Amino acid sequence: MDTARLYAAVAAGGFRRYATYRVATAAGVFTNTVFGLILVYTYLALWEERPHLGGYDQAQAVTYVWVGQALLSTLAIGGGGVEDELMERIRTGDIAIDLYRPADLQLWWLAADLGRAVFQLLGRGVVPFAFGVLVFPAAVPSDVGTWCAFLFAVVLAMVVGYGIRFLVALSAFWLLDGTGVVQMAWLVGFFCSGMIFPLNVFPGALGEVVRALPWSSLLQAPADVLLGEADPWRTYVFQAGWAVVLLVLGRLVQAMATRRVVVQGG
Amino acid sequence: MDTAFIELDRVEKVFDVRKKTGFLKRERRQVRAVDSISFTVPRGEMVGYIGPNGAGKSTTIKMLTGILTPSGGRLRVAGIDPSRERSRLAHRIGVVFGQRTTLWWDLPLIDSYRLMHRMYRIPDGRYRENLDRLVELLELGELLDVPVRQLSLGQRMRGDIAAALLHDPEVLYLDEPTIGLDVVSKAKVREFLRELNTENGTTVLLTTHDLQDIEQLCSRVMVIDHGRMMYDGPLAGLHEAGESERVLVVDLERELPPIEAPPPARVVKVEGPRQWLAFPASASAAPLVARIAAEYPLVDLSVREPDIEAVIAKMYVERAATA
Repeated sequence: MDTARLYAAVAAGGFRRYATYRVATAAGVFTNTVFGLILVYTYLALWEERPHLGGYDQAQAVTYVWVGQALLSTLAIGGGGVEDELMERIRTGDIAIDLYRPADLQLWWLAADLGRAVFQLLGRGVVPFAFGVLVFPAAVPSDVGTWCAFLFAVVLAMVVGYGIRFLVALSAFWLLDGTGVVQMAWLVGFFCSGMIFPLNVFPGALGEVVRALPWSSLLQAPADVLLGEADPWRTYVFQAGWAVVLLVLGRLVQAMATRRVVVQGG
Repeated sequence: MDTAFIELDRVEKVFDVRKKTGFLKRERRQVRAVDSISFTVPRGEMVGYIGPNGAGKSTTIKMLTGILTPSGGRLRVAGIDPSRERSRLAHRIGVVFGQRTTLWWDLPLIDSYRLMHRMYRIPDGRYRENLDRLVELLELGELLDVPVRQLSLGQRMRGDIAAALLHDPEVLYLDEPTIGLDVVSKAKVREFLRELNTENGTTVLLTTHDLQDIEQLCSRVMVIDHGRMMYDGPLAGLHEAGESERVLVVDLERELPPIEAPPPARVVKVEGPRQWLAFPASASAAPLVARIAAEYPLVDLSVREPDIEAVIAKMYVERAATA
């Protein structure tokens, strides 16, 4: 109980830290909207030529774009999650402070990232989504059940996203300058989450592989739940499976890192 | 039972350092950051832990908090092996790293304290009591609602010290708590630490570069260099250990050749009518003064005490030469 209250406090702090920067949030809303517009016109042109590409009709494709914009910063698919700060703390040695606390490193940053993600969803996600589906012909479900199912898939996506980014961040214990790893993770994440194109448009083996990778839990999975293209329970099992694998892996790497690696600085 | 609250017995920390010696070639080298250090600190003592950069001070503190595991030797804090039971120990220790902050950068100070409340599971009543007391003593009242990033260094340091003490730790490790602070802020921090030690009986291990911190706070000082203990004892004893000298500054009526003083006293500098004579810190100045007054046209004089900085510097040099 006490433990739950601690991590709830950490999550609340994570939320409020991002809420402090209002101008940055406004700029983010603008960026997401513009990015959404570029993608939506590209998709419209594409679906005009190839209707039902990947099993989506045009309205579904449009909705997919705006779900993507709502989740882009929420899931830190393009970077900007707690991993940036965590890596900086490892690089400078501030991580020492996190390590002597009577709290778990992985859970602490998970809580902080969930707080951040919830803020980004509300602060940066809702407006571009609302704008997009109002301006363009979209396929938005009218029943509350589908929305709840979608939101639960988003929560699982947040955990999977953190699981990946926590591993990326821990690489800083060995590399110190993790810029290369972050860029690689960003590039892979952008493509494999379905941020550029829905993963179900990719044919053959490539399609099978990217749909099985953890990144497809991030955007593709919740979007398909919202669009009624996937069974929610099967989606949850897929997402939760990856969440467990990534968190366990993160825990092992964390144990290795804290046992063997020097904490930087005096 | 409480005689040894912190206990180190031949503790070592060896780091493997890989050095690049050519394309793809790496040479492995071992660095002994802490080399067989032993000491004990009884409950309620305030000890200074000093040494030059890279001496192994922070490595020792990190081992005492459990962040680093010793490579050898035995280490206990309050009977607990820190690296094995880091979380359990964490509830009993407080740490302030002067160059790092434990506070939430973007949020008001009070938010970090609320987090400590949860993290250390401090009972509500005691949390409020401690917070009130710390806010009063460290003058934090007007700062509680200010985001940490807007605090001055001195304010932030006081905020960090309060954060480390909310859970009533039995021992406080301070790593450079006055670094970068102005004179007034330094004085405030020192005054607070003195009170904490005398009134709460909190054991304090203080790492610093500022010897005034030690002079004003610690009765005992440990000097470490290259991972080895160079000195452990009262502050006064440092002077003897370093064979330090006092300096007698003499103003004569006019310019004269260097005073012929009885050895080991000797003139170290002459500048017009003013002359500087060095003599052992352990010897009395009276005979020397009497002799000069009798034989030379004396106008004024003063005695300069050695500063520990010079003493320690000398100690380092001498040990390095004998090593």
